[in-house]
Amino acid sequence: MERIPILKMGPFLLVTIQVDLYDRLALTLENDLINMVSKTEAKGVLIDISAVSIVDSFMGRILGNIASMSKIMDATTVVVGMQPAVAITLVELGLTLSGVHTALDVEQGMELLRDKIGQLDKDEEGLYDSFI
Amino acid sequence: MNKESAAALKSKKKQILENWLSNQLQDAALRDDLMSVAELQQQSEEFLTALIKAFGTSSAEDTDSEGYEPIRDILNEISISRARQGFSPRETSSYILSLKEVLSNVLEDRFKEDPATLYREIISMNKIMDSLSMVTMETYIKGREEVILRQTNEMSEISTPVIRVWEGILALPIIGTLDSARTQVVMEALLEEIVATGSRIAILDISGVPTVDSLVAQHLIKTVSAARLMGAECIISGIRAEIAQTIVHLGIDLTNIYTKATLASALKMSFSMLNIQVTRATGTSQNNKQNFGF
Repeated sequence: MERIPILKMGPFLLVTIQVDLYDRLALTLENDLINMVSKTEAKGVLIDISAVSIVDSFMGRILGNIASMSKIMDATTVVVGMQPAVAITLVELGLTLSGVHTALDVEQGMELLRDKIGQLDKDEEGLYDSFI
Repeated sequence: MNKESAAALKSKKKQILENWLSNQLQDAALRDDLMSVAELQQQSEEFLTALIKAFGTSSAEDTDSEGYEPIRDILNEISISRARQGFSPRETSSYILSLKEVLSNVLEDRFKEDPATLYREIISMNKIMDSLSMVTMETYIKGREEVILRQTNEMSEISTPVIRVWEGILALPIIGTLDSARTQVVMEALLEEIVATGSRIAILDISGVPTVDSLVAQHLIKTVSAARLMGAECIISGIRAEIAQTIVHLGIDLTNIYTKATLASALKMSFSMLNIQVTRATGTSQNNKQNFGF
């Protein structure tokens, strides 16, 4: 069965979706991704959907699900490269993905993730110090 | 219309043309600023020739018949060109109506001794001319509508420019009322430009939007959400006091959206979001002038 590769880059997971998502593929991706987050203890998930030209409410929900699941597991999700038509469709469907961070391309998405992680580290420094 | 009157009109064609032209030239509604006399003369002659030819045919009274086809074509052409040139309806219709008077005079001369025939012929001539003037008006209005439609299209295109004010910052001055169709155009233009320039911040300036009702606000929120989905932040600027009041009174929730009173403050905010610092250059004004190439 077709699978979407999930690449590990340091503390982040990188997913580039190069095919149009159909329902089962999306569900598999959701499943794989969450397992991967728990296995690698990733701090951030970057999903590149620049090649996705068709979305429906189900895809929108899957993206939202991935974001909220990752959040519970302490990973920030960034969706990058959404096409204008896709953005308009999602807004028209009423899915504004308010829990998801977005960026224009992978580069900016990585920057955003680094910023977020850096912030987290700073916040938790006190905690770590007490452990050490 | 009988053969006799058609023949009479044909023989007096030159005189008719002269009288008609002098009628038109005397008329206060003549627009010699929009159209030369020579052009008018040529147009009128062409029309009259076709009309007299049609009078001679058997179905002279039916203006929908084949004999009138060249006449209708000429009239359509004249009315459309006049509508585009900006003639008023009165000025356009007086063209054909001024011919009526001249034709009546000729018929009156011809049937001086026979009032009954004169009456019949005048009625039938009137009928033809009226229906022709109706054709004129119809085409005129059609021509005006085309002009209006074109202007509407142009307006919606002109009024949605997306400007790149800084590296990574786009500005979109919205002028005029926002309806669904325009929002769609604006949204698409903005999103395309975000992709093309890789900008991270878009400023929507609504100083040119006369009123904001709940529908307009919803359209704005949609645009902002779509931009956010693509990874760009939106700032709405140019919110006037009245608009702020309406928004609050309508209970529209804009708390999740950055809003600023002026474009300048929105730009300032974008600079700080992108970690850009703008400082005044130190040095004498003389030096600065040289920098600008004075």
